[in-house]
Amino acid sequence: MKKMKLVMVGNGMAGVRALEELLKISPDLYDITVFGAEPHANYNRILLSPVLAGEMTIKEIMLNDVDWYEANGIRLHLNKKVVKIDRVKREVQAEDGTVEPYDRLLLATGSNPFILPVPGKDLPGVISYRDIADTDAMIAAAQTHKHAIVIGGGLLGLEAANGLKLRGMDVTVVHIMPWLMERQLDRVAAGMLQKSLEDKGLKFALERQTAELAAGPDGRVAAIKFKDGSELPADLVVMAVGIRPNTALAESAGIYVNRGIVVNDTMQTYDPKIYAVGECVAHRGIAYGLVAPLFEMAKVCANHLAHMGIGLYKGSVTSTKLKVTGVDLFSAGNFTGGPDTEEITLNDPMGGVYKKLVLQDNKIIGGVMYGDTADGAWYFQLLKDKQDVHEIRDHLMFGQNHLGNVGHQGQNKAAAMADTAEVCGCNGVAKGVIVKAIKEKGLFSLEDVRKHTKASSSCGSCTGLVEQILASTVGGAYQAADTKTKPMCGCTDHTHEEARATIREHKLLTHEAVYKFLEWRTPNGCASCRPAINYYMLSTWPHEAVDDPQSRYINERAHANIQKDGTYSVVPRMWGGVTTAHELRKIADVVDKYKIPTVKVTGGQRIDLLGVKKEDLPGVWKDLDMPSGHAYGKSLRTVKTCVGSEWCRFGTQDSTRMGIELEHDLFGMWSPHKVKLAVSGCPRNCAEAGIKDVGVIGVDSGWEIYVAGNGGIKTEVAQFLVKVGTHEEVLEYSGAFLQLYREQARYLDRTIHWVSRVGMDYVKKHVVEDAENRKALYARLKFAVKDYADPWRERAEGRVAKQDFEMLSA
Amino acid sequence: MSTTELESPVTANMKKVCPLTEIPRLGARVVKTAAHGNIAVFRNADDEVFALEDKCPHKGGPLSQGIVYGKRVACPLHNWNIELADGCALAPDQGCAKSFAVQVQEGMVFIDI
Repeated sequence: MKKMKLVMVGNGMAGVRALEELLKISPDLYDITVFGAEPHANYNRILLSPVLAGEMTIKEIMLNDVDWYEANGIRLHLNKKVVKIDRVKREVQAEDGTVEPYDRLLLATGSNPFILPVPGKDLPGVISYRDIADTDAMIAAAQTHKHAIVIGGGLLGLEAANGLKLRGMDVTVVHIMPWLMERQLDRVAAGMLQKSLEDKGLKFALERQTAELAAGPDGRVAAIKFKDGSELPADLVVMAVGIRPNTALAESAGIYVNRGIVVNDTMQTYDPKIYAVGECVAHRGIAYGLVAPLFEMAKVCANHLAHMGIGLYKGSVTSTKLKVTGVDLFSAGNFTGGPDTEEITLNDPMGGVYKKLVLQDNKIIGGVMYGDTADGAWYFQLLKDKQDVHEIRDHLMFGQNHLGNVGHQGQNKAAAMADTAEVCGCNGVAKGVIVKAIKEKGLFSLEDVRKHTKASSSCGSCTGLVEQILASTVGGAYQAADTKTKPMCGCTDHTHEEARATIREHKLLTHEAVYKFLEWRTPNGCASCRPAINYYMLSTWPHEAVDDPQSRYINERAHANIQKDGTYSVVPRMWGGVTTAHELRKIADVVDKYKIPTVKVTGGQRIDLLGVKKEDLPGVWKDLDMPSGHAYGKSLRTVKTCVGSEWCRFGTQDSTRMGIELEHDLFGMWSPHKVKLAVSGCPRNCAEAGIKDVGVIGVDSGWEIYVAGNGGIKTEVAQFLVKVGTHEEVLEYSGAFLQLYREQARYLDRTIHWVSRVGMDYVKKHVVEDAENRKALYARLKFAVKDYADPWRERAEGRVAKQDFEMLSA
Repeated sequence: MSTTELESPVTANMKKVCPLTEIPRLGARVVKTAAHGNIAVFRNADDEVFALEDKCPHKGGPLSQGIVYGKRVACPLHNWNIELADGCALAPDQGCAKSFAVQVQEGMVFIDI
């Protein structure tokens, strides 16, 4: 079949990103041709400022070199400006006469700098700041001239001014407004910014309107004259007063333009054969100038070009970060507020820190930060997720204190870390390595950094730090993932919640049914979505859905924990941590018989036999003749107990018995992630119930139940749920809480992750206040674990999965 | 290497492994060999069969224990994704597990070792 022809006009970041996305999902659909007006292949325009400042080179900011186009079979016309689109013949024509026919046309013409219409705007020495040529011109001017004027006190203007100053020029920033970056900063933050830039040697002329640029005797610009009659010397004038979508080509072809090229939510223009992405576009009346939204557009556009027909672009909330080394500044959303908004402010002028958050209906709608922007990414995430923050409002201002937790020496400010400092303690990745990968490989998202460096890809405790490093390296291009609408994985555009709701509503009981119904892009999912779907089906339709062992992680498939050398570990269940001489003798005999190299007591009060060969597992289980401890599962792990009132002179309740009852009650419960419990017999809490998913603490008059604690990556203290009187009530409330978690959390959420999303008020409402609902939840849990067969016994007797443990030979 | 039912006769150095039905769909079996150590023999949803050295190029994890999807397997130790056809890791990860030719004749799986 003859391929369709796709022609792209414009060779910048948004357009090329769209091509990359397209090649990823549908590499063979199109013959692709690209026209670029510049002589360069695709480079990272955002990093022109570091190039101007002498911190990077042009080579370092190339995203796709000429070889990339060739490797992907793309015909590249550099230095050719397209001047005409013939929509009837479906072809485009370049200035030099090159003609290319198209079946689909992608306009990515970007934007043009706005040039003030003042006398002298065309003089030599007056330039804009947009591309490599402008940057080269500034670098050259800095070597031969002294006085630079930057018109425009916005993001681009300040970055240009900073670069020129670093190159030795005397720089004055001219701005018409009363304070700098008025579209991103309030007056206080702008004042602090101005002061720190003045300390770096920049000068400012605010509330000054340019009247004229005057030439010197050599014909080059020599002075700038203002409307108030004053003037300043100027050998170089950089106009950075804004950008305008470059729509001339589209307009000349009769495509509807209003501010930008008007597109719908699929990035289609009024001509259905013509798509447009990037700064040239007006989407729902907004033209974006930051790169993050452009990438979202690119993704949606590629999806439709590939005939997938899913994915809509619905607009973006953007955040800004100034890339001036040594100045830390962040702003997002609506930071000025309005009649129905509240503000929380922290202002420490001497310490150089200013933070303001704007709230509406208990949600963050905007914020400005100066001096300490470590939590910018977190606030932005809360903003995008529209998270209700009233429960954390009293400490919101102090940030997400877990950014630096374990594995990186308690550091929580990426900017303050040395290049050699270890960010990811799991994979041993230093800050410098991450920064280098971001710059050299052109990474923009957390996912990209994880793939390329492995940082934050294991336990995730350094995610906050990695996000900070991303944000400070790529500036406004960084966009936190939108966790609420984030697809499960690359196989689908559906979220976890959507998949689960569909499984429930349409009673889907097999993987095939789910992938078909939800139109998965892959025939049988991937290692990320399949275990999740398996869990959602099992937890929604217990006893009816088909449990697919091939969709479980190896530990749950083998009912043992795989170790680094491919052997397994075996943890028999000891209810409540209580054992007997008989059990211990059996364990000792098994260790001898199978020559098990290591025997270790676990953190959950059980005994771990490490280094068992897979083919020995059924024999080990048979000889042990003890139930599975599920130390390998996203399931009930252990209920840790103290000895309690039976022996302890301080004990107020029989915690051991309570623990054993809980463990029996929950045996066979699969869950989104592992679940750990503890029961202490008095508030001395020797069983450490304060860091468990469910922690029960005996008091003289009954039991206190705490939930959503965690002793792992980030220590989370469990939160009080309810106080009850009897053992039966402990079982019912604990079970109901866990069932709610089982039904609503995303796969691989621990209880704390889910509770911090929905809030404790929500949990209490459903589990404590609504007795009927609690009983129904508990009944559903009991139904799910009913008749659960011990998986070890089934396998020890050879009734199930026999071949799993047998080796073949050839 | 992969194949479904091939027309050509089984060549001399092909060793019999097991009937196709004894390898679980979207799963694998481990074959002990004298010359090449453990070899993982995979079967995907379309009954294509692939054979790789049972050692992830990353840290030697047993690929046979991973989750099989499409024409790939995810290593059970650190989730590297390996192409079943050639044993090579998906970019940006780098490295390959040795792959072996496979034939299926009348429902019986053979590998070339």
